[in-house]
Parts: sequence; structure tokens; C-alpha cells
Amino acid sequence: MDYFLLVITAVFISNIVLVQYLGACPFMGTSKAVSVALGMGGAVIFVMTLATALTWPIQHWLLLPYRVEYLQTIVFILVIASLVQLVEMFLRKFVPPLYESLGIFLPLITTNCAVLGVAILVQRSEYSFIRGVVFSLASGAGFLLALVIIAAIRERLDTAPVPRVFKGTPVALITAGMMSLAFYAFRGMGG
Amino acid sequence: MIASSVAIVFGLSFAAAVLLAGASKFLHVEEDPRIAKVEACLPGANCGGCGYPGCSAAAAAVVAGEAPPEICVAGGMEIAEAIAKVMGQSVDYREPQVAALICSGGDRAKRMFAYEGVRDCRAEAMLYGGEKSCGLGCLGLGSCVRACPFDAIRLGEHNLPVVNKALCRSCGKCAEVCPTGAIRITSFSASLLHLNKLVDCLAPCMQKCPVQLDVRTFIQQIKSGDLRGALLTLKNRNPLPLVVGRICPHPCEDICRRKIVDDGVAINSLERYVADWEMHNGRIPIHVAPDTGRKVAIIGGGPAGLSCAYFLRRLGHQPVIFESHAALGGMLRYAIPEFRLPRNVVEYEIRGILELGVEARTYMTFGKDFNLEDLEEQGFEAVFLATGAWKNQRLFIPGDDARNVVGGVAFLTGVGSRWTNLKGKNVVIVGGTNSAMDIARSAVRLGADSTRVITRHMRRKMTANKYEIEKAEEVGSELLLQKMPVSFETDAAGNAVAVRIVDSQYEDPKKPMGDPIPVEGTESRLEADLFVIATDRWPDLSPYVDRRGIGHFRMTKQGTIIGDDMTMQTNIANVFVGGELRRGRSIVMEAVSDGRRAARSIHHFITSGEVPLPELPQERVVPQSLLKGMKVRWRIPKVQPAEVPVKARLERFALEVRRGISDREAAKEASRCLRCGFTCYDSEAGAEFAEDRDVTLFEQAEKDKAATGTGS
Repeated sequence: MDYFLLVITAVFISNIVLVQYLGACPFMGTSKAVSVALGMGGAVIFVMTLATALTWPIQHWLLLPYRVEYLQTIVFILVIASLVQLVEMFLRKFVPPLYESLGIFLPLITTNCAVLGVAILVQRSEYSFIRGVVFSLASGAGFLLALVIIAAIRERLDTAPVPRVFKGTPVALITAGMMSLAFYAFRGMGG
Repeated sequence: MIASSVAIVFGLSFAAAVLLAGASKFLHVEEDPRIAKVEACLPGANCGGCGYPGCSAAAAAVVAGEAPPEICVAGGMEIAEAIAKVMGQSVDYREPQVAALICSGGDRAKRMFAYEGVRDCRAEAMLYGGEKSCGLGCLGLGSCVRACPFDAIRLGEHNLPVVNKALCRSCGKCAEVCPTGAIRITSFSASLLHLNKLVDCLAPCMQKCPVQLDVRTFIQQIKSGDLRGALLTLKNRNPLPLVVGRICPHPCEDICRRKIVDDGVAINSLERYVADWEMHNGRIPIHVAPDTGRKVAIIGGGPAGLSCAYFLRRLGHQPVIFESHAALGGMLRYAIPEFRLPRNVVEYEIRGILELGVEARTYMTFGKDFNLEDLEEQGFEAVFLATGAWKNQRLFIPGDDARNVVGGVAFLTGVGSRWTNLKGKNVVIVGGTNSAMDIARSAVRLGADSTRVITRHMRRKMTANKYEIEKAEEVGSELLLQKMPVSFETDAAGNAVAVRIVDSQYEDPKKPMGDPIPVEGTESRLEADLFVIATDRWPDLSPYVDRRGIGHFRMTKQGTIIGDDMTMQTNIANVFVGGELRRGRSIVMEAVSDGRRAARSIHHFITSGEVPLPELPQERVVPQSLLKGMKVRWRIPKVQPAEVPVKARLERFALEVRRGISDREAAKEASRCLRCGFTCYDSEAGAEFAEDRDVTLFEQAEKDKAATGTGS
């Protein structure tokens, strides 16, 4: 039940994009088609989970014991970036199909603020390792959900009679704003 | 504190670096270094126009040898050359392509229903193929505009997309999303060789024209004052607009939709107007593709040969015309009288073709001075035979071998040399063909006392055109209908003095069909000094057969060489045949058409080794395009080109009878064009001339006619 609430919170109540406004750049940039959005969302889930799984030990075994918590941001960026590079190489060698499908998105999110943000949030909330990993996974799922929803809307907007000045990104931003309002409604659920 | 933080960050970075370095060693994937180099040459637009998912995939395909170096549609020749350099290959010339719209209908087309769904062409097309009744037209919701990755398309007037040719990279995205096929990717050579297809938007005139002139476009260009554009439009299909504008019997005008209201648009006069404009204002340069260096022999310098040479040259090949006479032009120069087609016009037209880089070798007779083996030795990759039909058939009646019984072609060729003056002579011409009319008109002008044409047909069954018959009668030649020659009376010297004729009648006089038969007991005789036989013409096959009458080519019983109707290919793969040699007696437009079709086949044959048949060719007029119950608002009389008076015609042999039309006349005539599509048309055409005194409302005119009809 506890984990269930955690997942619901991460996916809906404090959705990483629509409520916390992290990762707005890929949210706009890769949401033109549902297929692209799915690829990107998958890659984000993958990297977020791995990132937390790696930064948690570093925080608890390196930064906290040596009392250098202020290095958190820089160290996390370093670690996540290296990790993604490593994962990319690994996938390319051993799981080419997965590399092909995640291919271009992996390097795009090496230092994505959503990924870094989740890693830091896990530490701020002082989750245990398991809770932290579950929270990251759910946050990634929340990102995927938001991305797929807006991509589907934008696909329809492409053929809709939108005034010329609003075509493209402007109308997408307005849509994102309204989606964000809609997600605020989940606040009441979480209490 | 500082030391520890620096140490931690440094330590972590070092560990990550070592790990990554190790990983790059262990997890290294073999990749051809050329892929990266090729990818660096590509523009990186990932447009997908080449058919591969992105530039890196295209680069991989190039390195794997699956794609040629000129794969990138978005990049130009420089990129292809850069890739070829990396790959150590040579680069073929790749022709630039461009998207083009075939629909000119816009909102004119009839709607089957009003579509109010999603504003996307593909969505609309799912509903009974869209709201437009023709099924070929642009739906106008701009799917192509949104699909274009290079912003080269915008929606213009009447919701028709306009392609900016400078920005178009021919990636084909627009053609891919277009559900009706109204927007297509085409290139210079493809448009030059395009044969009408059933899925093209063709007005009736464009379907009827043998060379498939883009009538609609060139007339609109005249209307907008773009004579240069109109000329280039004509020359994309017809290399001889000056000639055709004068002597074509214009079947297009007879099928023109405007005929429902008044008369067909004077397409022929407009063609001549544009061509004359060029002749008087200086030659307009024509685009020619880069040289390919492939040699093609063309036997015969008549309209078919000239047309074939012209198209091959524009495609970059090296055609050489072999001509047995002193100069090119064939029948145009040697048989058609000057008062119909002045020599300087023929000369100007031919010079224009030769200036493109066509070589001509005169006094070269096929079968005598050279043959097919010689051509092969000289490196000609294909041969086009177009030696024409220069032989008049004998009548096979007693006395037809008399000295003063001559063939029509021989007579016309000899006008000015063998026959300069016929004063005091009586001439009888046998046959009802157009050349018979030419001979009659020439004979009258040469001063013959009397010129009589005998034909076994009734007037409306004669093969000559009505206009030609009128002109022959205007100058004073006499037409004896439904008479047949039986024999010639000859004197002791071997000259014919008279021809015996009988009346002829159709098998069923009420239904004039087939060949008339002689009526017994109606014999009479006509005395004359010169007899010209102009019944029919057939090719002289002596160059193609040996003494025993056996040759390489398959022939018809009538004595023409068989070539495929679409490709002109004979039974010898690299030999093509066209013009009157293939068809027998015909009109100049058919010869030009054969030349163009042969050029298409030869181009494919020498570049790819095979001759593809065209897909969905439009061979006859499609019935759906012949409309009934059209609504046209303005009635504008058809332009009548001025003609010189009969007296002047008789005084000067070479004086051209028909004159051109003036600028205003041309603009007004062009405004009569309904700009027809396959089923759509402009019902308001000609509104800008509504103030003219001779322009009336069609409905009003109909009412007046009905009123006077009942009154009288």
C-alpha cells in the first residue's frame, strides 16, 4: 500500500513534468509524434532508474561520510553522464535492437534536468534505496505518460485549424499549461 | 576541506574516465571508418527523402554498396562528389527533380458533397475519395504543405499548393501524403518524355492532340502575356511550332468544349502567334541536358526525324541526321507549297534544332551510301528510321505510264524547277487528298488554263480537309466529285492526251460507306496536257529490302515497316521507326509524335538497355471528359486570321495565304479558353472582354435565337 501510494504520487500527484516542471525541454522537443514520445519516455524511465540506483550509494557511502554534500550536483552530473555513456556502449555491443530503438534519445538525456532532479529529490526526501528506485521508476513512467498524452494531442493539432500565429510550439505550450492544470486536480487525492 | 572536495571530484572523474576508456576498448563495435566520413559529407537533415531512416543509415548503405554516391536527394552534385571521393567511385550526373502540381482546378471542380471533417487531405480522401468529382484533383487542405520538410510549398490561390522550385529538394514527402496523386515529383527529362496518362488531368484538346501539347498551360501563358513561357511550353512537346501552327489540321479545335457555346478556341492560330513572336523577336534559348556522348543515327530529316533528333539532343545525346536531299525538312521543304508554308519559316525552325547541337549529313541516302552495319561500325547505339512516304501509287489502268502522267510528290517537288510555268496547259489531278488540293492550288498559281480534280468520293467523304478544299476552289480549281479514271488515251509520242472517266457510286447511295464502285455506261473523257496522280502515298521500301524483296524488317502488306505503336521499336531491338514510313500518308503532328515517342524509347534503350511500356497510357479520348450541359457565360466570336485576296495569291506564288493574328486578337482568343481540366472549366472565361461589341451573353443569344426561330 505504501509503495502503491508512492507510485501514484510520482506518476500523477507530483508528476515530474506537469507538476514539478522538470524536463520541459524534451517535453516540447520530442512530443511531435507518439512513436517518438514512446521511445523517449522509455529511455527516460531506463536512465532515471539507473541514475538513482547509482547515485544513492554515492550519496550514502561517499558524500555523507566525508561531509561533502555540497558537491552533490556536480558529482551527480558526472556520474550520470558517465553512466549513460557506458550504458550506451554496452547496449550497442550486446543488445543492438534496444540500442537501435533508444539510440538517439540516450545521449539526449545524459544531463536532462528531470533525471538529475529525480536523483536529487530522492536524496532530499531521504528515501531508502528500494523506495528511491521505485520512486524514480514511477517518475519516469509519469514523464512517459505526460509525453505520450501531449504527443497525441499535438498530432491532432497538426491537422486542426489553428490560427497561424499559434501554429507549432505556441499552441503546444498552451496545451501543456492546460494539461498541467488538469494534473493539479490530483492534488486533492493525495491530500 | 578544499583538498578533500577536489580529491573526491578528481577521484570520481578519474574513475569514470578509466571505466569509460576500458569500456570503449571492451565494448568496441567494428564500424567501417568510411561510414563516419560519408556521414560527415551528408547534410544531416535526416529528411528521409532517400528512403533510408536518417543520414547515418544512408551513409551505412552507401558504404555497404547498397546505395550510389548520389543517394542524397537534398544535397546537390557537390555532396555526391564528396561522397564519391570518400568511396573512391565516380559520380553519375544526377538530374535535379522537382515537385509539380498537375491540378489547375482549385475550387472549380464539381463537388459531390460538402466536406466538413478534419482539415487534412488524407482524411477527406477516405470519404469517397474526396469531395471533388474528378477524382484526380487537389483537395486543397494542404497536407503537402505540412509534410514538406523544406518549407517549399505554400497554399496559393484557390487553395492550390504552389511549389517554390528553388527550395524543393525533391524528397517526395508531398507526393507521399497526397491521396489523389495531384502533386508529383518530376524531372526535366521525365517531363520531356512524359506520355499522357489516364491519371493526368487532361482537357479534351490535350487528349486529342497527337503530340499531347499542354494546350491549357500555353494559352494561359499567352493570356498573362508570358509569351516566352508559352513558347517553352510548346517546345516541350512540339519542336516545330512554326510549322505546325501553319499546316496542322487541328483536331484539337474540333473537340474543344467551347464548341458547345460558339466555336472551338483557335489553338492553331495561337500556336502560330507564339512561334511567330519568337521568329520576329529573336530566338529563345532552350534548356539542354548535359552531354552524354551517346550517338544515335536518324535516317531522314523530315518532321519525324527532326522531332526525334530534337528530343534526343535535349536529353543530352548526340543525334546525327542522315538526309538524302540537299537540305533538311523532308516534305515540309520539298512537298508543301510555299503559299502554305514559306521556306524561310522551315529554314528558321530547322536552324533552331541544329543550333542545339544536332549534326546533319546531307546527300546521304540510306541503302545506297550507307547501311545499318556501317552505322554500327561508326558507334551509333540506336537508329531511327523516318524516310517518309514519297512514292505515289500507280493507278494500274491502261496508259498510266505515259510521260505526262506524274506522281503528286514528284510534281510538288518539281514546282519551281521542272514546272515553273503551266500557261496554256490544262491539268487534271486524280485523288481527293490534301496533297491533291496542294497540287491544284499550285497548278492554278502556275498559270494553268484549267485545273480539275477528280475524286471518286462525295465531298464530305474526301480525305482532304474542308479548309484545303475551300482554298483550292477559291483560286479557281474545279472539283469533279464521284468520278473515277478508267484509262488514259495516249498519242503516238507516248504522251497522254485525255483520261476516260466514269461516275462512281457507293454500294448503298443512302449510306455512303466504303469505297465507291464505278457505274456502267456513264463514260466520258477529259482532255488535258498534264495528269497528276495524288491518290495515296506509300514509303519507298527499296532501301530496306534486297533484290529478292527480302529485308531485315517486318512489314505490313501495304508496305510500311512495323513498329510498336507506343515505343516505335521494330523487330530489331536498337532500330526504331516512325513517321509516314510506319503509318503511311498522315499529318505532320503524327510524325512529330512518332519522333518524340521514338526519342523516349531510344533514351531508355541506350541508358538502361530496355524500352519500358508507358503505364496507363491515354490512347483515345476519355468519354467522361466530354461534357454535356455546360454553363458558359460569355459568347465571343472565334478569331478569323486574315487571308490575302485571291488576286494577290495568283500574282505571287510564294505569298503566304494565311496571316497571323494581332496581339489583341491573340489575348482575346486566349481569354476564350475555358482552362479546362478533366471535368472542370471556367464558366466565366472571357469576362475581361465583356465590354467588346461582339461579345454577348450566351443565355441571351440562345433566347434570341429561340425567339426568332418561333417568329419566322
